[in-house]
Amino acid sequence: MKIEGLERIISEHRFFAGLDDGYCRLVCGCAKNVRFEAGQYLFHEGQPASQFYLLRHGRVALEISAPGRGTMQFQTLREGEIVGVSWLIPPYRWTYDAKALEPVRAIAMDATCLQQKCEADHRFGYEMMRRFVPVLVERLHATQLQILDVYGNPA
Amino acid sequence: MSTAILPDTLRAGPDPMLPRLATVRRRRRDTSQVWTLDIEDSVVSNEPFVPGQFNMLGVFGVGEVPISLSGDPAVQDQLVHTIRAVGPVSKALVRLKPGEVLGLRGPFGTGWPVSDAVGRDVIVIAGGLGLAPLRPALYRLLAQRERYRSIQLLYGTRSPDDILFRRELLAWRRRHDIAVEITVDHAPADWTGHVGVVTTLVSRSSFDPAQAIAFVCGPEIMMRFAIAALGQAGLADEAIYLSMERNMQCAVGVCGHCQFGPSLVCRDGPVYRHDRVRSFLGVKEL
Repeated sequence: MKIEGLERIISEHRFFAGLDDGYCRLVCGCAKNVRFEAGQYLFHEGQPASQFYLLRHGRVALEISAPGRGTMQFQTLREGEIVGVSWLIPPYRWTYDAKALEPVRAIAMDATCLQQKCEADHRFGYEMMRRFVPVLVERLHATQLQILDVYGNPA
Repeated sequence: MSTAILPDTLRAGPDPMLPRLATVRRRRRDTSQVWTLDIEDSVVSNEPFVPGQFNMLGVFGVGEVPISLSGDPAVQDQLVHTIRAVGPVSKALVRLKPGEVLGLRGPFGTGWPVSDAVGRDVIVIAGGLGLAPLRPALYRLLAQRERYRSIQLLYGTRSPDDILFRRELLAWRRRHDIAVEITVDHAPADWTGHVGVVTTLVSRSSFDPAQAIAFVCGPEIMMRFAIAALGQAGLADEAIYLSMERNMQCAVGVCGHCQFGPSLVCRDGPVYRHDRVRSFLGVKEL
């Protein structure tokens, strides 16, 4: 019953839209429901990136701290989006903090479990990468714009 | 200046190079660098300006700059301009106090095709000061709200302190007939709003790409990314309009300083349909 519930939630999540039923079951085997209260941290910079999150409800702020500048938010994520891509690339450690801005409901995905399934079934692995690469590219484009500081003073 | 070098269409009326006198009626600070001036023209026009048009504002003895109109086109006895103080002329403009006089020419250029938006979803994407030239279009859209399907304003700026027209945006947010999404590129930890570049809001918006029209204004790089996001959402190039910025000086298509490919931004723009300028966007030499 619990697995069926997760399957429905995962198959309806924007990130996994259209995922083959068999693959959906594979994903579900690595998934669990989690909740965070407003102000609670999902993870902190430097910790092992052993999970990532599919947001179902609520918003999460990604933060980074710099000496003399305090803590800055550089992105907020909400329902339908994923939190965390550091689990994809060595050294598998978070490079920022993630904080719930409001009560958050999410699906936590066990990264090691998913990596092992990707290794065992490369078609499944390709399907996962096909979904993660657009997220990475969108965040790369966003970072380009942020670095350019396009709203700063014209030269 | 002699009118002899002007195109025939401009020779008939008053000399468009001759500034009229105008008086500052009100000045208010929007952000640390941006000010809005309410100006009374010495000659009140019977024709409202077109949202998206600009005036040439001048401080005598200092110079003249193009500044978009940012007020309500329905209010004809007052011109509103929102100015970022970055150069000698714009800094002199924002130092003008109520009662002081400035030079004014215009309005010039093309505007947002608000009438083409009738019966369609309207997506307004503004970046930074780009909200100012779009605000007249928003006033016009909201004045006849029933004529349009959904209206969405996606506004991005640098930080929470840089949000323009804050009170008005909050008032629009409380309305049920316009969706207002505000995002900032970065924010302190106590900010509870959205953080991320404005282009990421496009994929989260709900509109029918076959029935939609988009007005985009902001830094050129931001507009290129916004157009790409709109294209990815299924919007045709013919349904996307953008406002270009170049070095406009004469404002009447004579001096050529604002040349952009085969067109002159002061005369043929600043508002262009995307498919008509697509091949020139991103060309470094232009």
